[in-house]
Amino acid sequence: MKKKTNIKTIAKAADVSQSEISRRGFLQKLWVALGIVALGEFLWMALSFTRPRKGSGSKNQAGAIVPAGSIESFASGSVTAFQRGAFYLVRLDDGGFLALSCKCTHLGCTVPWVEKEKKFICPCHASTFDMKGDVINGPAGRPLDLFPMTIENKVVKVDAGRRIKRGGFRPDQVTYAKNS
Amino acid sequence: MSDSRLDRTESQPGYVRRIWLSMFPFPLQSRSQRERPRFLLRNLILHFRPTLVPERTLRFSLTFGLGGMAAVLVLLQLFTGVLLKFVYEPLPTLAYESIGRLQGTFLFGRLIRNVHFWSANFLILVVFLHGLRVFFTGAFHAPRQMSWVIGLTLFLLVLASNLTGYLLPWDQLAYWATTICVGMLEYIPLIGTWVQRAILGGSQMGPPTLRNFYAFHTAVIPALIVALMAFHFWRVRKAGGLVIPRSPGEELPEKPIMVPTVPHLLLREATVALCLVAFVMGFSVVFDAPIGPPANPGFSPNPTKAPWYFAGVQEMLMHFHPSFALLIVFGALFYAFFVLPYVYYPSATKGIWFGSVNGRRTALVSLCAGAISSVLVIVLDEYVIDLVSWMPGLSQTLTNGAIPTALLILALVGYYFLLKRRFKLSRIEATQALMVFVVVSFVIMTVTCYFFRGQGMRLTWAF
Repeated sequence: MKKKTNIKTIAKAADVSQSEISRRGFLQKLWVALGIVALGEFLWMALSFTRPRKGSGSKNQAGAIVPAGSIESFASGSVTAFQRGAFYLVRLDDGGFLALSCKCTHLGCTVPWVEKEKKFICPCHASTFDMKGDVINGPAGRPLDLFPMTIENKVVKVDAGRRIKRGGFRPDQVTYAKNS
Repeated sequence: MSDSRLDRTESQPGYVRRIWLSMFPFPLQSRSQRERPRFLLRNLILHFRPTLVPERTLRFSLTFGLGGMAAVLVLLQLFTGVLLKFVYEPLPTLAYESIGRLQGTFLFGRLIRNVHFWSANFLILVVFLHGLRVFFTGAFHAPRQMSWVIGLTLFLLVLASNLTGYLLPWDQLAYWATTICVGMLEYIPLIGTWVQRAILGGSQMGPPTLRNFYAFHTAVIPALIVALMAFHFWRVRKAGGLVIPRSPGEELPEKPIMVPTVPHLLLREATVALCLVAFVMGFSVVFDAPIGPPANPGFSPNPTKAPWYFAGVQEMLMHFHPSFALLIVFGALFYAFFVLPYVYYPSATKGIWFGSVNGRRTALVSLCAGAISSVLVIVLDEYVIDLVSWMPGLSQTLTNGAIPTALLILALVGYYFLLKRRFKLSRIEATQALMVFVVVSFVIMTVTCYFFRGQGMRLTWAF
């Protein structure tokens, strides 16, 4: 009698231990998963801590309307650089205006306007752009970015906070003065 | 009771002696050969080393002391870096001026900055050469695979440390070199713009950028470097010291002759370290670290170049569309470097310079082939090849990116199999030949960009 119960309990114990192994395995996996989640939380915390805050730096970006001046002060076929806002105000030969970003679309150098050749030539990797900002020579892959602009009462205003990436020059990107 | 009375009767050492004994309970100068290994084990710093090292690994021509030099330079960096932290101000409006003040008014200010600057540059060179040494002596095979991976990571960290430190003076050189380096990130698909914004701390370079770079340069990267260095040294110890050098075809005895680390290895290391420190100090007295005019975001100097260790990458960008140059070419390269020790090589070449006699010959062939072909390709691409205008119908991503990249990869794969068949090479010898080819090409690109590119990044004759 005694022996029988012994065998039974042993068998039972073995059974339990077998089920316990899988339970232990499950719990172990659970712990690892929880650990990874905790690590992820810490990483997320660190990342969101270092991310640029919305409040800072937006002052000179969003709503940075730069009054460029009266339309008469820009001759047709001229390019004027504006340090504030980092853009070029281009007046095309037909009298239309374009506000082009100074930043080369290749790696972000400031592109100077070369009056002699009527081109923008990047000093870093020799990308060249025409007056409308289109790429003449690589390595730059896309034309110079645009800034939106308006002409109110013959005064040009450029929104230097909103950069528009574009695929190429289209006539509807040009702003003309009304009833000029 | 009786014990304490006994103690009191014995002569007690003085306070100074007792403090000394609490730090060093055992004699520093070991009295016998036998005690020397024990001295090593009782010392926190020294116990990273094995107690005994194979005698043959002491040969200077195995390591040229490069690993030790790297460690010494890192220590020099930490020491001078901490000193610089007392003067430097990480704000765009104050940074440049604080460097001027450091150089003008602080006693030894200029020297400290020079040592920091030059040892940073030497560090890249030394770590690079150390990596080459490890590769060409076959010291990356088991059980040293993990050391290779840690070493590569350390190399990347050293590069990152140099790049982040380069911006800190906030002069024209630094500002524009960093602009183009960070500009490269934009071409990583999906996460590129996000990573770039995170690093810049906004959409353009400004005070947050400098703050980020300062934090990385003075805290994050040094901590990682020191931690990984400890790991790196410990792995060397676990591998039983360095790889044992031998000549081609030579069989090593079962049990190599061992000598105690103290003094045999320690003396050699100390000699290299002292010579190096003397050299760096001398160099820094003679040559000043460069500083340009203060940063002007409105004006990129012509030409604008990346720092010399990224000049090869910049040269690559002259020829390839950035997405391909950075992602595919360098991505593939780094992947290849990291998996290198985990490839199965049937022949055992551990400890033999260039693997075998045949390996030495093909390495030399590869050296010439790499040098000639890369010079040819650079010159041809500058004056003759112009895929963009030859195929005007196709998009630039294809003509400037996909097609040349495919050609390059085809050329490399073709070269690998050509060599393998022509010289009947084993896998390790062929891999090594390819490595020589790639490294030589990269060195030539670096030299071209740094010395032979002038106004508008056109090729010029520098001398």
